[in-house]
Amino acid sequence: MNFPFLTLIIFIPLVGAIIIALIPRNREREIKWFSVIVSLFPLVLSIVVWVLFKVGGGMQFVDEALWIPTLDVYYRVGVDGISVPMVFLTTLLTTLSLFYSAYTIKVRVKEFFALFLLLEMGMIGVFLALDLVLFYFFWEIGLVPMFLLIGIWGQPKDRPQYSAIKFFLYTLVGSVAMLLAFIGIYLTSGTWNILEIPLVGPLADNPALAVAAFWAIFLAFAIKVPMWPFHTWLPDAHTAAPTAGSVILAGVLLKLGGYGFIRILLPFFPVLFKQFAPFIGIIALISMIYGALVSMAQWDLKRLIAYSSVSHMGFFTLGLVAASATLNTAEPVLNSRAIALDGAVLQMFNHGIITGGLFFLVGVIYERTHTCDLKAFGGLSAKLPVYYGVMLMTALASLGLPGLAGFISEFMVFRGAFAIMPTYAIIGVIAIVLGAAYILWKIIQYIFLGEFSKEKWSAIFDPEHWHFSLDMARFEIVTMVPLLFFMLLVGIYPAPILNVINAASTALLSGLL
Amino acid sequence: MTLNRFLILLLPEITLTVVAFLVFILDLIIGGDEVRERRLQWFAFLGVLLALVATILIWPLAEAGGLPVAFDVGPGFGGDVVPMMTLDGLALFFKLITVLMLAIIILSAGEYVKVHTPFRGEFYAFVLLAGLSIMLASAATNLVMIYLSIEFLSITSYVLTGYLRDDVRSTEAAIKYFIYGAAASAVMLYGFSLLYGATGATGLVEIATALATGSVTLRWLVFPALVMVLAGLGFKIALVPFHQWSPDAYEGAPTPVTAFLSVGPKAAGFAVLIRFLIVALPAFQVNWSAMLAGVAILTMSLGNLIALWQTNVKRMLAYSSIAQAGYMLIGLAALAPLAESWTNGLNALLLYLFAYLFTNLGAFAVVIAVEDRTGSANLPDFSGLIRRSPFLAVSMLVFLLSLIGIPPTGGFMGKLFVFGAAVQRQMILLAVIGVLNSVISVYYYYKIMRPMLFERADDAEPIRVTPSMRLVVGFSLAMVLAIAIYAEPFIRLATESAQLLLAARF
Repeated sequence: MNFPFLTLIIFIPLVGAIIIALIPRNREREIKWFSVIVSLFPLVLSIVVWVLFKVGGGMQFVDEALWIPTLDVYYRVGVDGISVPMVFLTTLLTTLSLFYSAYTIKVRVKEFFALFLLLEMGMIGVFLALDLVLFYFFWEIGLVPMFLLIGIWGQPKDRPQYSAIKFFLYTLVGSVAMLLAFIGIYLTSGTWNILEIPLVGPLADNPALAVAAFWAIFLAFAIKVPMWPFHTWLPDAHTAAPTAGSVILAGVLLKLGGYGFIRILLPFFPVLFKQFAPFIGIIALISMIYGALVSMAQWDLKRLIAYSSVSHMGFFTLGLVAASATLNTAEPVLNSRAIALDGAVLQMFNHGIITGGLFFLVGVIYERTHTCDLKAFGGLSAKLPVYYGVMLMTALASLGLPGLAGFISEFMVFRGAFAIMPTYAIIGVIAIVLGAAYILWKIIQYIFLGEFSKEKWSAIFDPEHWHFSLDMARFEIVTMVPLLFFMLLVGIYPAPILNVINAASTALLSGLL
Repeated sequence: MTLNRFLILLLPEITLTVVAFLVFILDLIIGGDEVRERRLQWFAFLGVLLALVATILIWPLAEAGGLPVAFDVGPGFGGDVVPMMTLDGLALFFKLITVLMLAIIILSAGEYVKVHTPFRGEFYAFVLLAGLSIMLASAATNLVMIYLSIEFLSITSYVLTGYLRDDVRSTEAAIKYFIYGAAASAVMLYGFSLLYGATGATGLVEIATALATGSVTLRWLVFPALVMVLAGLGFKIALVPFHQWSPDAYEGAPTPVTAFLSVGPKAAGFAVLIRFLIVALPAFQVNWSAMLAGVAILTMSLGNLIALWQTNVKRMLAYSSIAQAGYMLIGLAALAPLAESWTNGLNALLLYLFAYLFTNLGAFAVVIAVEDRTGSANLPDFSGLIRRSPFLAVSMLVFLLSLIGIPPTGGFMGKLFVFGAAVQRQMILLAVIGVLNSVISVYYYYKIMRPMLFERADDAEPIRVTPSMRLVVGFSLAMVLAIAIYAEPFIRLATESAQLLLAARF
């Protein structure tokens, strides 16, 4: 048996959460720094896994044990080139969130940090599980901590309880539909093994049920991504959630849905996926353009970024659709398909880094002013120059400026899509234009440019409640540095991460031929 | 069978009887002394543990097809001995359920009983007797015995429901329960008589044999008999449309009794229903399967929808437990006795019931603990519970998640199995309505979570949790989690209990 890297990555946060539960409530400092340190272990381990990972080596670091014999359920985890970046993204954002929250969370500290570590366990588990029951376990385990994070630490004016239960209900509707589909798949294929089921071809003898199962699973992932028209929980959840919760929500939770599409839905039902690709493509386009348009109409910074997530995750879906629309066709198109799928996976990673960063930056201004209302700001570039610089870079990465991360993945998605479904790609480009509009016009212009008005600023800024420097404090800068680093790195030299993803996605696609 | 062996087979029942009567007698002797009365609780608990040991001791004796429990009276008495009870997997499973339930209820009742009634010893004795009746009902193989044990259960339940003599609501609850109950028993008895008239037999096996050999001329009588028996047992389980008594009875009854009502009569009803349908009427599976599927849909949907409007937690949990019974019924409706796969419907029902036992009793234990402190069980009483007692709040959260069916809890395993059975039988509509219902149910469970976790309490005083309550809640919590995380032994228990019955009948 090899060293159980992945098992440790999953369960160290759980152990941390249990230990935190045993620390007395009033030892807040210890709880905060203990949980930051605990979260470093999965982070370091996930880097080690990435370093030791053999590109093109298929599933690696597999830990396997029979879990429930009568049910034929295994504890089986492993990573391939698609999950490696996702796990790293999760551990990185979790550590940064905990670090950031150590400075900003002031009430019910113990519960916050314990729940956050539980959440981390659930998310990582989803990215690593190779057994449907295990996958479902982790899928749902993450649900409850996020529900509580939104409900307990949300600001009262944002209706946190409403948002929390809405998030819970939306996700659960999809989950239970998915559960029924999983059961049906198991009953016909005789295994829960995510890697073996595609070989069997689940529900092949019953086309009607196969279609039902396809849409049931689609629903679960589409709600999580979220695709239009299942996206309405997202703006509410984001508005209400505390900063770190928003970061994880946008940075990781949405990726669970995307990852599910690639790991489960596409390999299980490639033929159906191809058949419905034009339709799903339309949903992707609507998500991209509608998300961008609605985003442009927002006056609440958090809501704006939330809708931009709908739009940006639409890019991911477009890449995925392009990759699946021409299955069973020969070589040259395979290249485009692989590019599209690579772009889609990279888009998830980039969106995690960039939007995670954006939400931290919303937190920066929110902690000082307790408002996200764009009209309340203006001319802050002179007052908070460092913040302006960091925000500008992150925002430009988000709109897809060449040289920063967002450009690479969007370019690849469109490069792939143009070769396969040109009409979709051409329409989709509108979303990029709109993206530039809402980011430059709404975020940059309304917050940073224009005249600085002293009255407006003193109306929202209350120095009594803010004990750090007016411009970005050191802990805020430290939080952002790793994210800025990856935005640049992926933007300039994406090869290391792309090689890992590409090997896995070509293997996946050629397996579906 | 010799008398000795006969007595050994009845060891759990005998233990409960003896302990119950000892409690009655001791209560007379030491009545009025608070400290000593407290010991009665522990004495009753000890008796339950003995019954548990007895159940485990006789576990290996069960046989597929059942070991008839009867002894030869000798030639002097003449005539044949008709075995009234059996010892098989199902009977043992329900004996286990019963003793676990009794242990939890007796431990969690201490404070409540002390505060609310002067007649403390008798309370435990009645609870023990009610448990005894469940054991008898789940082992009964003869219509007469079934009727008697169900009546025994009913009468003890009526007494327990109306236990708070000076409390109008408790009395009202008992009267309602009694009137509905009497009517339901009469209907069930009439069903039994039709069945006897048609087949000339009262033994379940004999009824099946008579129906199988085709010697029954009045075969059409079976269907009305089936409907009537289902009505009677549906009353015990609180299936829609025979559920009207339960919210009132649940709300009015002393809370430990409510906990009992939410598990005990349901368990007995299901045990009898399972045995009756599978042993006596396997030939009519097409009929009862469709009927049960319809009842299950009604029960789940109505239970959940009405629960949404409740503000009293006891009443809300009453509707919730109506809905839970609906999920369980899916297992029986989708029974696939010869299925080679993991779920055959019956093991799904048993596993679900096992998980439900700990989930619901755990939840009620928390309600009792809160009520002991606040004096009532309305939603505002749960405000800020996370502050007042993190242990109770976190446990309650897990119990509620288990009732919804979210992993890693036992409730999820139960749902996985019952929905699995439905999908396997291609009863997709039933499964879809089932999962939609579990989504609907989230909203009212959330209504308990919201004050508990999100809101501040007016009274921030910590809630003191007694050691026995801590034990009960902790144990239930551990079991709820264990059923999901270390599921194998529990699945095996349910499957083997089901197999011993199914193997012989199909």
